[in-house]
Amino acid sequence: MDMKNFAFILFSAILANNYVLKQFLGICPFLGVSKKLDQATGMSIAVTAVILLATAVTWPIQHLILNPLNMGYMQNVSFILVIASLVQMLEMLLKKFSPSLHKGLGVYLPLITTNCAVLGVTTINIEKEYTYLESLVNALGAGLGFLLAMVLFSGLRSRIDECNIPKPFRGLPVTLIAASFVSLAFIGFGGVVESIFT
Amino acid sequence: MNQNSNAATLWRGILKENPVLVLILGTCPTLATTKTVDGAFGMGIAAMVVLICSNVFISLLRRFIPETVRIPCYIVIIAGFVTIVKLFMQAYLPDLHKELGVFLDLITVNCIILGRAEMFASKNPVVKSALDGVGMGIGFTLALLAMSLVREVLGAGTFAGNPVPFLQDYHVKFLQEAPGGLLVYGLLIALVYVITKGRAPGKKSFDCAGCPNAATCHTGSCQEKGADA
Repeated sequence: MDMKNFAFILFSAILANNYVLKQFLGICPFLGVSKKLDQATGMSIAVTAVILLATAVTWPIQHLILNPLNMGYMQNVSFILVIASLVQMLEMLLKKFSPSLHKGLGVYLPLITTNCAVLGVTTINIEKEYTYLESLVNALGAGLGFLLAMVLFSGLRSRIDECNIPKPFRGLPVTLIAASFVSLAFIGFGGVVESIFT
Repeated sequence: MNQNSNAATLWRGILKENPVLVLILGTCPTLATTKTVDGAFGMGIAAMVVLICSNVFISLLRRFIPETVRIPCYIVIIAGFVTIVKLFMQAYLPDLHKELGVFLDLITVNCIILGRAEMFASKNPVVKSALDGVGMGIGFTLALLAMSLVREVLGAGTFAGNPVPFLQDYHVKFLQEAPGGLLVYGLLIALVYVITKGRAPGKKSFDCAGCPNAATCHTGSCQEKGADA
């Protein structure tokens, strides 16, 4: 496939079909860890790395093991197990070989196992019948889109913290309403990516 | 255990500890599958079936699952039931299966199910765990229905696919889109706060306390807050 196709997949995953704001994958960390910019970036980088790794591993599992054996129905069970052990292994490796990186990113790793974005993106890659490279590009786009949304949102939240909010809206409600505005901004990208790359 | 406490276990999930609106768990399916009443109902029932089955199973096995590897064990049990529900739905309700799409698979990582396994089923006998599953499942379904009612009736002018007079001509399409979902969810949580007059044990801020992963997350930010989860 040509570069245009890859660019299309990448940018629609980042902007027009942003996995967090348009498809609601990974809402928990998006709302939970976006209070401070440094935490938001750390979490996003960890998520990007895990989505990429998980895609790199689960695609061959589906196409080289499950499909030839006619065991497509084991997809869910095998993917989640692989992702869980992958995350665990990554954490152990980081702890052993790069303590400083572990300090920065390691704290976010256990939280990622049950992040819907990871299982979601790997499943969508299979569902859309992407090739191996396309899947990796889509995974990268999902991670970068998550990063973009997190960074934008953490900026917004630091402003909210300084505001005087009516009592019933304090905490989560106002955060969700703010997220709604960020998501509204991303609707503006709809059609833009398509018209550039196709 | 007397009848009273069993009933309390059942009712708790519906309003006082509603998983979606008070405990703030399972936000992804809540936002993604509430465009239509049909989708919300299907999602609620599917999650409820998985929740009841996994609660019963985990409660039965609670003495055999080693403490250190319990989370992977729970996940495998849950994923197994999700696959069963998914195959059934594919066979008998293909339209719904298509509408829910990837979110059917994602029941596996729905925080409500893992959360109840960790917080309740692993510590309680079978009957109570089953009742907890029923209560939480009904609470989840009702919350999804409330969300989808607002989003479909006002957003598309239909109710479960049937046109509603008047609203049909004046629907607000915004509510059907992603931002509308986030907005309605925020407003509903605020509404529950007002109804319960702030007495519900809702979280003032959204942090690790409600996250079932807090138990596995020994390091960093969750350390102080994860204790009560």
